[in-house]
Amino acid sequence: MKKSGAQILVEGLLREKVEVVFGFPGGVLLDIYDQLFDAPIRHILTRHEQGAAHAADGYARATGKVGVCIATSGPGATNLVTGIATAHMDCVPIVAITGQVPTALIGGDAFQEADIVGITRPITKHSYLVKNVEDLPRIIMEAFHIARTGKPGPVLIDIPKDVSKNATVPKWPDKVEMRGYNPVLKGNRAQIAKAIDAILASHRPLIYAGGGVIISGAEREMITLAETYHIPVTCTLLGLGGFPGDNPLFLGMLGMHGTYAANMATSECDMLLAIGARFDDRVTGKIAEFAPHAKIIHIDIDPASISKNVEVDIPIVGDAKNVLGDMLDMMRKKEHLPDRFREKWIEQVSMWKDEHPVHYEQEHDGEIKPQYVVEKLYEMTKGDAVITTEVGQNQMWTAQFYKFHQPRSILSSGGLGTMGYGLPAAIGAQIGCPGRLVVDIAGDGSIQMNIQELTTAVQNRLPVKVVILNNCFLGMVRQWQELFYDRRYSHTCLISSPDFVKVAEAYGATGLRAEKVSDVEPVLKKGLEAEGVVVMDFRVSREENVYPMVPAGEALKNMILGPQKLDPKKKLKAVF
Amino acid sequence: MRHTISVLVENKFGVLARVAGLFSGRGYNIESLSVAPTIDPDTSHMTIVTRGEDRVIEQVIKQLNKLVDVIKVSDLTAKNFVEREMVLIKVSSEDEKRSEVLRVVDIFRGRIIDMSNKGFIIEVTGTEDKINAMLTLLKPLGLKEIARTGFVAMMRTDHVQK
Repeated sequence: MKKSGAQILVEGLLREKVEVVFGFPGGVLLDIYDQLFDAPIRHILTRHEQGAAHAADGYARATGKVGVCIATSGPGATNLVTGIATAHMDCVPIVAITGQVPTALIGGDAFQEADIVGITRPITKHSYLVKNVEDLPRIIMEAFHIARTGKPGPVLIDIPKDVSKNATVPKWPDKVEMRGYNPVLKGNRAQIAKAIDAILASHRPLIYAGGGVIISGAEREMITLAETYHIPVTCTLLGLGGFPGDNPLFLGMLGMHGTYAANMATSECDMLLAIGARFDDRVTGKIAEFAPHAKIIHIDIDPASISKNVEVDIPIVGDAKNVLGDMLDMMRKKEHLPDRFREKWIEQVSMWKDEHPVHYEQEHDGEIKPQYVVEKLYEMTKGDAVITTEVGQNQMWTAQFYKFHQPRSILSSGGLGTMGYGLPAAIGAQIGCPGRLVVDIAGDGSIQMNIQELTTAVQNRLPVKVVILNNCFLGMVRQWQELFYDRRYSHTCLISSPDFVKVAEAYGATGLRAEKVSDVEPVLKKGLEAEGVVVMDFRVSREENVYPMVPAGEALKNMILGPQKLDPKKKLKAVF
Repeated sequence: MRHTISVLVENKFGVLARVAGLFSGRGYNIESLSVAPTIDPDTSHMTIVTRGEDRVIEQVIKQLNKLVDVIKVSDLTAKNFVEREMVLIKVSSEDEKRSEVLRVVDIFRGRIIDMSNKGFIIEVTGTEDKINAMLTLLKPLGLKEIARTGFVAMMRTDHVQK
C-alpha cells in the first residue's frame, strides 16, 4: 500500500520503538503533524525548539534510548542547534527531525529556509537531506542505528515538505548496511594483555572514568576491577554515577574543580587507566604536567579520542564493557593479586581525602551556603534522585556535594557547557523515568535561559522540581572576575531577576522560597513532597566560590583550596 | 609537512563538504583536491594534498575515518606511491620565443592543444617538481595563465604494507 512520507516517518518511529517525541510544529511540518495527531506516539510540545532538543537529550541520557526531537524549517531548525551541539559533545543519541522547504524551492531563499544540514554538519554524527520519499525508510533505519551504536551522537534528518507529502510503497531493508560505518567494539587482545601487565605491575594505580563507562553500561565491570585490584577511582563530570559515590575507593571528580584527593592522585599515580574519557582541558589542566609519572592506558570506542590531547602508552579501541569484561577474564587466569604493595598507596590516597575534603562553612544564623542546599538535597533524597544541572557554580557544587550512586543519575552539559540545559533535560528525564524524583539544580542565571519550559512540565503533569541556587550573579564568571580580574564584576550582576516564586505561580507551578538557613530543610521537604512542578528559590550567599579550583592552564597540583585573602584596596566594581 | 591523502568515499551529495569541513574547521587549507568516480560509479576517489603538523593531520585522518560516507582513508605520504597533476598553460609568444616555447614543450613531453598567432595552450602532466620546473622556464616566454587539476595519487602495485 502506498504511504505518504509523513506516514512512513511515523511508521519508522514506531519500528524504532519510539515512545515520545519532543517538538514544535510549523508550516512545512503540517503533513507530519497531521500524522502525529492520532499516532500512538506521545508528543511533548515544548515552548522553544531548544527545549525540545535538550528534552530529547535528557530522555536519552536518563534511559539510554534514542531521544527524538522535531522542528520546522528555518528558525525552528536553527533553534535546535545548541541542543544538537550539546548532545554531540557529550555523545548522546538523539535523532533530530527537521522540516525543509519543498525540494523545488531549496536554495532559493524561500520563506523559513535554512540549510540546516550545512549548519549542523560539524555538530552531528551524521545527517541526511531526504530528496526522494523512496529513500526515507532506509534513512530512518540508518539514522537510529548511527545515533545509538558506536560512540553515540546526534543524527539529523531534514525532510522537505513535498517529500513528506509524496506517496510510495515503503520498502524497509532487512538490516542496516553501511560499508563506511563499522565501529570497533572488541578490544585487541594483545593490547589488553599489555594493559593487564601495566595494571598488575603498578604500585600507585588510578582509574579515571568518563561518560563512556555509563554509555556502555560498564559500571559493574569497573567496580569489580577497582575492588579486586585495589584501584582508587576518580570520575569526570559525565562519569559520575559510574562508580558508587560512597565507595571508599572513590575520590570524587578530578580536574579544574576536582577534589584535592583526585587531583593529587592523578598527579602522583604511576598507572592511569582512562576508561571512556577524552582528556578534556577542564580535566587535564596543564597537559605537560598531567599524570607525569604514569603509564597511561586508554580504553575508548573512538579512535580519534586516543592520543588527541595526551600521548597514551597503551591504547585500546573498543566498547568499555567489552574490553573490561575481556580484561577481567584474562586477569582472573593470572595467579597473583598485587594487593600487598598497594596498601601504602591506598593509605596515601585516604590521607589526601581526609586532609582536604570538599568543604564549606555554614554558620547557624548566617547566609545560606549553596553547598549546604545541595548536601541537604542529597541527604533527603538519599542520592536516589535523577539530578539535572545547569552550567556554572550550580553544576560544580552538584558534582562535589551530591553523591551519585547509580549511572544515569546526573544529566549535565559537560562538553559544551550549555546554560539552560537543566530544566528541559529534567522534563525529558521525567518522561523516561516516570516513577523517579527528578530535580534540576539551577542558578538564577541559567534557569532564565529556558524558563518557558515550566509550562511544558505543568501542561504534561511532569512533577519536576527546580532548585535555584540564587545568588543574583552569573556566579562562575563572577568567581573568575573576583580571582583573576580584580573583582571587576563586568555584567555578571543579576540584581533585577524576577521573583521566581511568582514566576512559578504564573506558570501554574508551586513556588517556594528559603531566605534563612533554618528555611532550607523545610522548603526542600515541602518542595520534594509536593505534587506537580515546584520551583524552590534559595537565596544563597552571594559571593561563595567553588573550591578547589585549578586556574586555567595550571597543573592539577596547583589548586586554590579555599578563599584567598582579598586585598582591601581593591574595591568591588560592578558594571550594570 | 606536506601530506598526500587518498580517500575512498560514497559518491553522494554533501560528502565533499563533510570532508572539506574537517580541514577548514581546524584552520587548515587544502592545497589541492581532486575528486572523481572510481570503476564503481557508487564510489568516488579523492586525493587531498595538505600541509600541517603531523599530529593535526593524524587527527584529521582519524576524523575522516569516522565519517559515515568515508569508506577508506590512506595517508600516502610515508608510503611508496605515485602522484601526477595535469596543467593547462596559456602562453602568449611572438617571433623567436615561439620556437623556444615549442622546445620546452617537447622536452617536458607536453602537448600543444590550442594554437593561434597570439600564442598556445599547452597540456602537461607530471609531478610537482616537473611542473614547477616547466613553469619556471615558460615564465620569461610569455606565461599568461594556468589551470591545474590538483594531484591524483595511487599506491604502487608492488607496495608492501609497512
